[in-house]
Amino acid sequence: MAEMDTSSGGGHKKGPGVKKSKKLSTRVDLTPMVDLGFLLITFFVFTTTMSQSTAMNMNEPKDEKDKEMKVKNSGAMTILLGKGNQVYYYYGQLDANTVSEQFKSTTFKEIRKLILDKKNATPIDDLMYIIKSDKKSTFKNAIDILDEMSISAVPPGHYAEVDMTPVEEMLISQTEQANGIK
Amino acid sequence: MPKVKIPRKSTNIDMTAMCDVAFLLLSFFILATKQKPPEVLSVKTPSSVSAKATPDKSILITLTKEGKVFLMLGDETKKSAIIEDVNKTRNLQLSATELAKLKKAEYVGVPFNQLKSYLNSPTEIPAASLAGIPCDTTNNELTYWIRSVTNVYAGEDQRKLQEMLLVKGDGEALYPVFKNIKDSFKANEIFKFRIVTEGEAAPAGSELAKAQKSGEK
Repeated sequence: MAEMDTSSGGGHKKGPGVKKSKKLSTRVDLTPMVDLGFLLITFFVFTTTMSQSTAMNMNEPKDEKDKEMKVKNSGAMTILLGKGNQVYYYYGQLDANTVSEQFKSTTFKEIRKLILDKKNATPIDDLMYIIKSDKKSTFKNAIDILDEMSISAVPPGHYAEVDMTPVEEMLISQTEQANGIK
Repeated sequence: MPKVKIPRKSTNIDMTAMCDVAFLLLSFFILATKQKPPEVLSVKTPSSVSAKATPDKSILITLTKEGKVFLMLGDETKKSAIIEDVNKTRNLQLSATELAKLKKAEYVGVPFNQLKSYLNSPTEIPAASLAGIPCDTTNNELTYWIRSVTNVYAGEDQRKLQEMLLVKGDGEALYPVFKNIKDSFKANEIFKFRIVTEGEAAPAGSELAKAQKSGEK
């Protein structure tokens, strides 16, 4: 009758009916947390792109009428930028009789080869690229053509941006109409 | 020979230290990365092979797709001096509060005659509906802004100023506006400035790529 339950063994006696609670370890397996930590690190490292805005130098000439440079006809290549990313070019000076043969149209993809060909075919002292941008050409075009110059390693001083003449404007608009570029 | 008994060790390693390191690195990277300032004017710059980095402090002229011109004075130490100089030289008669407001503004994008109403506007006017700084040949206000910049920087290292002058343009902006910007620089005897572009590798096989390669070796 008055038997005590002794099966619970040592430790505190908690009275009848109360089971001894098992002591849980406070140690948690941290491996998944470490995994997560490194996963996040790698994620952030790979997704952050270094802010890569670069700057291009622009050197403008002084506008001085008496210091205008004379360019040899044989070494000059005039590159005209039109609308719709079109590029037009001619060598030397435009001659009224041979305009249609001289004035050619091309694209930004092909202009690199033309620039390079001209560079290799001309003595470096005579070499001059004259860049003229049309009113309808974009900022991107102007930067791209300057970029082409540095890609083809044309030394500074051998290319210049010049205003377009009315004759050239007319030629461009004629070609644009003929080619259906809007 | 009696067998040497190697006591079996538990393969469990205490991960706490490693966990600490992982999260320390994580928090370091998160805190150390500088957040890019939100761009008020969305501009898609053309790419170039140039690899020069842009300076942190800059005087930035932004050319948007629509051909509007905005000016951002990034050098906090000189910003107020530039604004006061413009106010004085152009006789804008801005009040002290208006000046303070303009100094706080991130960019300037209105003609001089709208400056007062813009600053007194109770609500923030979005950049898209601003007129931009006029810079065409008949009314080139950008020239005056740049003049004030050169006035303020007159005693400083001019090479530094050249590096700070940046033009950032949208690829689709038309060329004449860019030419106007160039002209306003020229009018102030500034012949060197920089254009912000997206970095790009030199195309394979080009002269530049060859030059870069031989330079590295």
